[in-house]
Amino acid sequence: MSEIGSSNGADTDQPIEVRFRGGGFAPKSRRWVGFAVFVILIVFVQWGTQSGWISPLTLPKPSDVLATLGQLWESGLLFKHLEPSLRRLVVGAAIGSVTGIAIGVLIGLFSIARAGLVPLVAAIFPIPKIALLPLFVIWFGIDEGSKYALIAFGTFTPTVVATYGAVDNVDRSLVRMGQSFGLSWFSIVRKIVLPGAMPGILSGLRISLAIAIILLVAAEMLGAEYGIGAYILEAGALYDLERLFAGVVILSLLGVIVSASIGFFERRLLGWRT
Amino acid sequence: MDIRLDSISHKYGDTDVLRDISLEIPAGQIVCLVGPSGCGKSTLLRFIGGLERPDSGRVLQLGAAPEGCLNPLTFVFQDFALLPWRTVKGNVSLVLEDHGIRGAKARAIIDDVLTRTKLSDFADALPKQLSGGMKQRVAIARALAVKPAVMLMDEPLSALDSQTRELLMDDLVSLWTRQPFTAVYVTHNLSEAVRLGHTIVVLSRRPGQIREIVTIDTPIQDRRPGDPVCQKKHDLLWELMREEARAADGELIDV
Repeated sequence: MSEIGSSNGADTDQPIEVRFRGGGFAPKSRRWVGFAVFVILIVFVQWGTQSGWISPLTLPKPSDVLATLGQLWESGLLFKHLEPSLRRLVVGAAIGSVTGIAIGVLIGLFSIARAGLVPLVAAIFPIPKIALLPLFVIWFGIDEGSKYALIAFGTFTPTVVATYGAVDNVDRSLVRMGQSFGLSWFSIVRKIVLPGAMPGILSGLRISLAIAIILLVAAEMLGAEYGIGAYILEAGALYDLERLFAGVVILSLLGVIVSASIGFFERRLLGWRT
Repeated sequence: MDIRLDSISHKYGDTDVLRDISLEIPAGQIVCLVGPSGCGKSTLLRFIGGLERPDSGRVLQLGAAPEGCLNPLTFVFQDFALLPWRTVKGNVSLVLEDHGIRGAKARAIIDDVLTRTKLSDFADALPKQLSGGMKQRVAIARALAVKPAVMLMDEPLSALDSQTRELLMDDLVSLWTRQPFTAVYVTHNLSEAVRLGHTIVVLSRRPGQIREIVTIDTPIQDRRPGDPVCQKKHDLLWELMREEARAADGELIDV
């Protein structure tokens, strides 16, 4: 050993720089990338359909879809279809997620509710709710009732599961702290358990609301004159690809808006997270 | 208000954790509980605070809590236990709200305790913005806000680095000198015990029993690091604990 720090006695007296091997695994906010992916995809399809190697039977021209959307807007049909769909979505998802959160909190707090309801929820969860639509029509009528019920039922189960998981994950040492200061049971639930479960509940809502949009189309398969789902189904029956895709674009936009508004609430409500 | 522990024993399953602990905690004094890890000192503290129930024996309060005391037995936890979604002010106000103290009255109490813990400038900060030492001062402020008769401190400085620990010990000493409080202080750190304790109770390894009770007569505001009396007590405590700690280190934890 000639000097301290020389590497393993070999003749490599040259210092070797330590290779960097850290970094990564830390998501960063890169807004424009998502937008660019959309743009590239649309430009690609436009180019393909224009030059003819994508046949018009496979995909419509994006520019034609845009024109169809423009017509929808101008004729006022857009809102005629959008208004009932949004109403069904809001009412159904509100009923489903509010009862889902309530039942989820009960399961999280009471062992008896957990023992009784968790198997029931597990039994309901895998049922394709669309399969129950005829049943809902009999129970709640062919008009709005069955549509609300289908969407509510579909959002209910994932919300319950996310909520009781979130309540389970609330730091018990905070609950003990509340007890040690003599807080009432109700205060502990309201001020410690619910805010602590909020991150999990919101990420559960992200999934349940996407499911609500899927079920919206299913619900409008039966006996709906207006609605985005009815519009898409009608276009599909006529093999009118421009209109079908115009409807799909509206649903996608709805999904993006729902996801963005949950993101907004997360930033507002969960700013305390590190 | 004094606290008396009346022959407390406890088992977790088949394991004896604590055996026949009887102890007096006199008002206005800091009693430190030291012992090897896993000897049940934190469990004992939770018994005193009513968060757990011993298998046998009782914890007794002697005399009424002083007037204005909202929560006689108040914990300060090792992990601070602050609500991350509430500001410093909000965390203190949490423990007042349930007693119906709001508005100007609450603001006066919050201002007072934050001043005493030197946190007035950070009233609106969230816990994630605070250092470990500041978080523990918030927890202490929160405990002071309910005017406790006895503070139950569960390794309050163990999660902090050694410089912060020194500073916070000074803060605790000055808090006590200004207004003596009763405290049960659980720690595994002997220098904390020697610095803050009027009485130091040494527990043996599992099953925890009282091995020795050491008193230090030097007033706590006069104790300095390296003080010969304190150093002698420290060495005595280490002598008592060394064997216990070594034996405890060779056992499996099956609690």
